[in-house]
Amino acid sequence: MAMLTVKNLGISFGGLRAVDSFNITIEKGELYGLIGPNGAGKTTAFNLLTGVYKPDTGTVTLDGKNITGLSTIEINKAGIARTFQNIRLFKGLTVLDNVKIGLHNDYKYSTLAGILRLPSYFKTERQMSEKAMDILKVFDLDKEAHLLSANLPYGKQRKLEIARALATNPKLLLLDEPAAGMNPSETEELMKTITLIREKYGVTILLIEHDMKLVAGICEKIFVLNFGTELANGLPGEVLNNPEVIKAYLGE
Amino acid sequence: MKKWNTINKSTRNNIITIGVIVVIYAVCQLMIAAGAMSNLMQGLLVPLCYYSILAISLNLTVGILGELSLGHAGFMCVGAFAGAFFSKSTQNGIGSSFVGFLIALLLGAIAAALFGALIGVVVLRLRGDYLAIVTLAFGEIIKNVINVLYIGLDGKGFHFSMKDSEALNLEENGTIIINGAKGITGTPKHTTFTIAALLLIAAYLIISNLIHSRSGRAIQAIRDNRIAAESVGIDITGFKLLAFTLSAAMAGVAGVLYSHNISTLVATPKNFGYNMSIMILVFVVLGGIGNIRGSIIAAVILTLLPEYLRFLQDYRMLIYAIVLIVIMIFNWNPTCIAWRKNHSLRDILHSLTGKNKKEA
Amino acid sequence: MSFISYLIKGISLGSVYSIIALGYTMVYGIAKMLNFAHGDVIMVGGYVIFTVMSMIGLNPFVAVLLSIILCTLLGITIERVAYKPLRSASSLAVLITAIGVSYLLQNLALLIFGADTKSFTSIIAVPALKLADGRLTISGETLVTIPLCILIMVLLTVFVKRSKTGRSMQAVSEDKAAAVLMGINVNKTIAITFAIGSSLAAVASVLMFSAYPSLTSTSGSMPGIKAFVAAVFGGIGSIPGAMLGGILLGVIEILGRAYISSQLADAIVFLILIIVLLVKPTGILGKKIQEKV
Repeated sequence: MAMLTVKNLGISFGGLRAVDSFNITIEKGELYGLIGPNGAGKTTAFNLLTGVYKPDTGTVTLDGKNITGLSTIEINKAGIARTFQNIRLFKGLTVLDNVKIGLHNDYKYSTLAGILRLPSYFKTERQMSEKAMDILKVFDLDKEAHLLSANLPYGKQRKLEIARALATNPKLLLLDEPAAGMNPSETEELMKTITLIREKYGVTILLIEHDMKLVAGICEKIFVLNFGTELANGLPGEVLNNPEVIKAYLGE
Repeated sequence: MKKWNTINKSTRNNIITIGVIVVIYAVCQLMIAAGAMSNLMQGLLVPLCYYSILAISLNLTVGILGELSLGHAGFMCVGAFAGAFFSKSTQNGIGSSFVGFLIALLLGAIAAALFGALIGVVVLRLRGDYLAIVTLAFGEIIKNVINVLYIGLDGKGFHFSMKDSEALNLEENGTIIINGAKGITGTPKHTTFTIAALLLIAAYLIISNLIHSRSGRAIQAIRDNRIAAESVGIDITGFKLLAFTLSAAMAGVAGVLYSHNISTLVATPKNFGYNMSIMILVFVVLGGIGNIRGSIIAAVILTLLPEYLRFLQDYRMLIYAIVLIVIMIFNWNPTCIAWRKNHSLRDILHSLTGKNKKEA
Repeated sequence: MSFISYLIKGISLGSVYSIIALGYTMVYGIAKMLNFAHGDVIMVGGYVIFTVMSMIGLNPFVAVLLSIILCTLLGITIERVAYKPLRSASSLAVLITAIGVSYLLQNLALLIFGADTKSFTSIIAVPALKLADGRLTISGETLVTIPLCILIMVLLTVFVKRSKTGRSMQAVSEDKAAAVLMGINVNKTIAITFAIGSSLAAVASVLMFSAYPSLTSTSGSMPGIKAFVAAVFGGIGSIPGAMLGGILLGVIEILGRAYISSQLADAIVFLILIIVLLVKPTGILGKKIQEKV
């Protein structure tokens, strides 16, 4: 069964149709790439899928459940987590705490138990720390766990954002330009990490990326968005050689 | 020592801070017993505690949640009047003054918390400076309304008016509890230094433990990046309300301590106006935003400073103002920050000890 | 008839608030800071006029001119000494500094002029206007205040929209970094804004103390707060917003005082502010800002 089914999704800002009749089906466990020229509506599509914007038209179904029009919070609880193009970490908190916030809804104890430091506080906090360290290890961030997240170098900040999203235990992970600003060797390493987390956590991934090497290297399917609507969709070999796609990227 | 290092960091910090408070408390008590403390200083002990509680609680809103509030004195005012109202109306009813005071503290906290929740709901829609102005407005409204509030008690129960005490139509043996701008007179003086110090420790523990718990982390996540917090499923509304309500409740407790430490409680611009809210904010900012221990230290120093500057007479507040401006510039100006980095106390000490070693 | 008289009085008071609020709003728009000391500049203006007229005995015109010049210099000095070093600091740090400046001005005035209330002699020599067989009287102060306020508003709008400096102000307010790249002298533009705001405060002090003649070291703080409320009411950063907010505030205050309760007038003003912000979170004429994700 499909993990994500999007039908006829669209939104307008003023007179501009930013995303129009966006249709995509992602199977469970797939690694899908979303590409397109600047301003094609890729991030807007992410914002629609995660409830930052409410769509004018269309439906979004996640793992059989209709999540159209739900709030960002409810959509995360339903199983979609994301990263941001302009990194959005909790800069005043440590690397470990950033991930622990991702675990917020899976590990619970009451505010009162926290203030009074009841046994449930100690027990749950220990479990959270262990789980968070496990995730950080995957991203090779465990040594920086107690560093303030703002003090991480850029590439590691991008990784921490993925780790935090993963901590919410999502079914579908949306990555918005995960390799932006990385050098080739960092990108190489990131590609391995993405492949690894997909296997380890069984998560379905949709990613926006401009780095064609990354997209061609790890994505199993590619969707090309242009002027808010589908230009091409299919296997990497077909899509990347499609003359329409080349034209959209390189111009006439 | 080995065991000490295995306790987690926040617990260690708690133990140190509480230890210091307890030691200072003991020293003060010894000095009082030995007659070595001036009356002026003795009179300041309770205010030092409630100012510290106010600073800690405002730090929850400003430092931990990251929302600017200019109406904290309003919550203190609600708590002060709610607590004093209860104590005054039950003065002859409850046998144990201690139980009565505990109930007054609880009521003060609940009343202030209700207003905190109310403002919290308003605040959810607003950001930044708009929020600041709304909290300021709230504080002023509370102060104004209390000044036209008349409540009396007689055999038939409570009477209420917003006109004057005549309009209460009290029976002959009735008593006026809240007398408009004249406030509440004759509140029992239940507040002691011991109770105030205990409540300060409790307040410190509540906020410090909260910060290092799941809910506290969520509140800080909202502060650092609201959109990211939403994206990982943090309930923004709930945690903002929690922070506002808790912060208000603690200010309410400080208010009850205040109203049971003086004989006549009135709401004036001086004690509950925006100037007071701003003074608490100054404690928070100078103590370090988000730094709970710093809030207490700043509250204590800035309360004692004007008292110890009394010899300067009329120049006292002028110097206070100048000190405030200079500290802010020293703390935040980029050139000053760079200078401090190059001339840090630690480096100077290191270079001195380094020299000493060479000489030895 | 009394309603109309109250209404006119409200518009008159509101006009004074508007002029103060213009200073608040312009400074906020450009320096993105709440200048809490703005109200105290009004107080300083009042004392300057009081000193020049009552103690030195010069003519009112000279007094007003001197007050405007001194307040303008004061505004520039405050900005240069206290705010400019903190341009890159957090807005909370700047706010606290502004509060420090406010305390400083108040306590300086207290030291120089003492704690007793000074009574200010109105310097507006326009006779009151009697209408409808003497049933409606409009004071001379009102007759001057309202047109003057409209004039200031028009001049300021033209200045900001048309002049080179005004355009620089708009640019700095939109994006400081981009303004620098376009060759705009940001420091100079901010200093000019403070100068304009403070000179407006001096004008407001003439009008306010002529209508409400008691002068103490804290006389400026409540009108300052009210003007801040007015600026937020109308949508902070917007010139017509400050005007609208100020006038609405003045009318609500005077009508509330007359028909509901004189003690609760301020509470009513603040309550309406909260309600307005609940409906329009960025004020009546404020721009809606959405964070880009």
